[in-house]
Amino acid sequence: MGCSNMTDNLETAAHPGNLRRVAIDPVSRVEGHGKVTLLLDENDRVHQVRLHIVEFRGFEKFIQGRPYWEAPVMVQRLCGICPVSHHIAASKAMDMIVGGTLTPTAEKVRRLMHYGQILQSHALHFFHLCSPDLLFGFDSDVAKRNIVGVAAAHPEIAKQGVLLRKFGQEVIRVTAGKRIHGTGAIPGGVNKNVSVEERDYLLKDIGQIVGWSQNAVGIVHRLFEQNIDLYNNFGTFKTHTLNLVRADGALDLYHGGLRARDMDGNTLFDHYDYGHYWDVIFEDVKPWSYMKFPFLRSLGPETGWYRVGPLSRVTQCDFIPSPLAEEQRQAFMTFNGGSATRATLGFHWARMIEMLHAAEVIRDLLHDPDLQGTDLVNIGNRQERGVGVIEAPRGTLIHHYKVDEHDQIIRCNLIVSTTHNNQAMNEAIRQVARQYIDGRKLTEGLLNHIEVAIRAFDPCLSCATHALGKMPLEVELLNAEGARVDVLVRASDGTFCLPG
Amino acid sequence: MSDTFQLDGKEVAFESGQTVMQAALTAGHYIPHLCYHPEFKPHGSCKLCTVEVGGRTVASCTLPAEANLNVESNTGELNALRRTLIQMLFAEGNHFCPSCEKSGNCMLQALGYDLEVHTAGFRHMYPDRPLDASHPDILLDFNRCILCELCVRASAEVDGKNVFALAGRGSGKHLIVNAESGLLKDTNIALTDKAMQVCPVGVILPKRVGFTVPIGERRYDQRPISAQALDDAPRPPSGARHE
Repeated sequence: MGCSNMTDNLETAAHPGNLRRVAIDPVSRVEGHGKVTLLLDENDRVHQVRLHIVEFRGFEKFIQGRPYWEAPVMVQRLCGICPVSHHIAASKAMDMIVGGTLTPTAEKVRRLMHYGQILQSHALHFFHLCSPDLLFGFDSDVAKRNIVGVAAAHPEIAKQGVLLRKFGQEVIRVTAGKRIHGTGAIPGGVNKNVSVEERDYLLKDIGQIVGWSQNAVGIVHRLFEQNIDLYNNFGTFKTHTLNLVRADGALDLYHGGLRARDMDGNTLFDHYDYGHYWDVIFEDVKPWSYMKFPFLRSLGPETGWYRVGPLSRVTQCDFIPSPLAEEQRQAFMTFNGGSATRATLGFHWARMIEMLHAAEVIRDLLHDPDLQGTDLVNIGNRQERGVGVIEAPRGTLIHHYKVDEHDQIIRCNLIVSTTHNNQAMNEAIRQVARQYIDGRKLTEGLLNHIEVAIRAFDPCLSCATHALGKMPLEVELLNAEGARVDVLVRASDGTFCLPG
Repeated sequence: MSDTFQLDGKEVAFESGQTVMQAALTAGHYIPHLCYHPEFKPHGSCKLCTVEVGGRTVASCTLPAEANLNVESNTGELNALRRTLIQMLFAEGNHFCPSCEKSGNCMLQALGYDLEVHTAGFRHMYPDRPLDASHPDILLDFNRCILCELCVRASAEVDGKNVFALAGRGSGKHLIVNAESGLLKDTNIALTDKAMQVCPVGVILPKRVGFTVPIGERRYDQRPISAQALDDAPRPPSGARHE
């Protein structure tokens, strides 16, 4: 099962009854809640590894019956980290419902909002959630392996991370009315433009933001150079990819056609109209997970799973349409013969290149007088069905609605980025379990390797509000009968103890 | 020449026939209220405007102003009771401010902020109240109804149409549409009706308006409801206002 061979047999153990179970529950320094379970035999050999996600999918049901113009504001409550993604994806679907083509002002205000979102989310993920692992080491002192530790050891890096995120949040506030859960995008357009005062407020810092984004790309580049074997091989596997591209093949996170390539780089479909995504993507269900497993129809559920997100986008686009980011993309693509483009930790490098691109796009948009335009909404002939797709920070995000003649939503399907990456994340942690855990005595540092692999994908596990990585964590060791043999507890202050 | 009464220790002038609420608002003193509307006969149902007079609690919107009354309104005890009333209204219906298009323009929400209602206080009842989206231009979201009857009064007294009524008793009381089918599409309501303009919450909505007013420009974004209500109050000629 799956495209990778090494870890195929780790999805389901042949004789689970004889094995002990270790759970990483919850996975920390990711968005939302998830857990990992491992089944080990008496010699600590790994027989099964699964990432479980308790993703609350109720929105698809309780949006039913609501008026369509409410959807962009309601569904963004799925998430407290990248609500703009859901806000805009739903708005794009509603643009189809109201039959409107966006005015230049509306499209540019939305793009500004979206790239502000990319900037703040990527900064949050890299600096707050992942830099502790990358700067200190995966099994470094757990007491310091957090953003506070980064602030103490690398105060300038931490400061730039915090201020990059803050700037992105300010872009969102200016375009959406609030930093989190605003209302800027509405069916057929936007409800406000960007005033000259608001533009100038953002312009005064944008040079600094572009510079700091360049620094961030440099940090990951150096990490790869310094740890080339680790970074190239950690949790690495071959996979198909899916992402949006602009009509000319450029990276475009707001709009485009779907591009899918197989693990050898052969194009499966390109510039595909996402209004019919269901003809090329389908969702599989597995009995052990609440989350669905999407796959490419042409390849089938067994081998058709794929990866979305920064690594797919940056490696599969033909070019990045902003000079600084394009220069960095070429350095990334050619590094060590292209090895980083296949590495799970290559996500971080690609993500920072996208952050730099977002900063450049924001800078260019701020100089565009269309932002001050007053033609905000365009309504045409009402349609029954609307599909909105964007490239969210974590990958391709699909919103699909049907609306009846009374303006009420009667059907909704959401495929969020993390769902696309479900199987790929499972593959990554199975690789890591094979590489680092199999046959060794478990320690907190070894278990963190699993989390490092998950974090590379920047998953939004429940698409819920973020909890910083000091969530209490309990690892239980159970015998074959399910009785607790041993337990390791991490308290909310980050300390570990062995109770009893 | 007018008489005066005391409101929270301040002298308030009134004209004959005015209620305590009317005189207070005219004089620039805010008493929290929901079902009171300056253009309609006082109703006295929401009880939010309850004040204390001579040891008795009474709705100030229906209490005739009298000379030398000693009225207490802005007290810790009365505001605590008002908070409880707001909590009960929130618990009784389905009020999801985060995705409600009336957010920022809603009197119930604005009062919640103004009275510092920080917690739910009661278990939510989650009533099942389906929408009436049958009318091509008007949406009814009964989830948010607080039974103030302003739409009932406006439709009957101003529009002359009797589109709305309350039915049921006690906790089963609910807003209905006066048509054999029970659906709004079978009434003669129009977008220009007064009944379209008076709903203090998000029940009666023109369709396809949604979130067109940006955050920052909504009614209660700039100034709290306690200030806005004074703007809406009928004013005596300039210079005659008593502070």
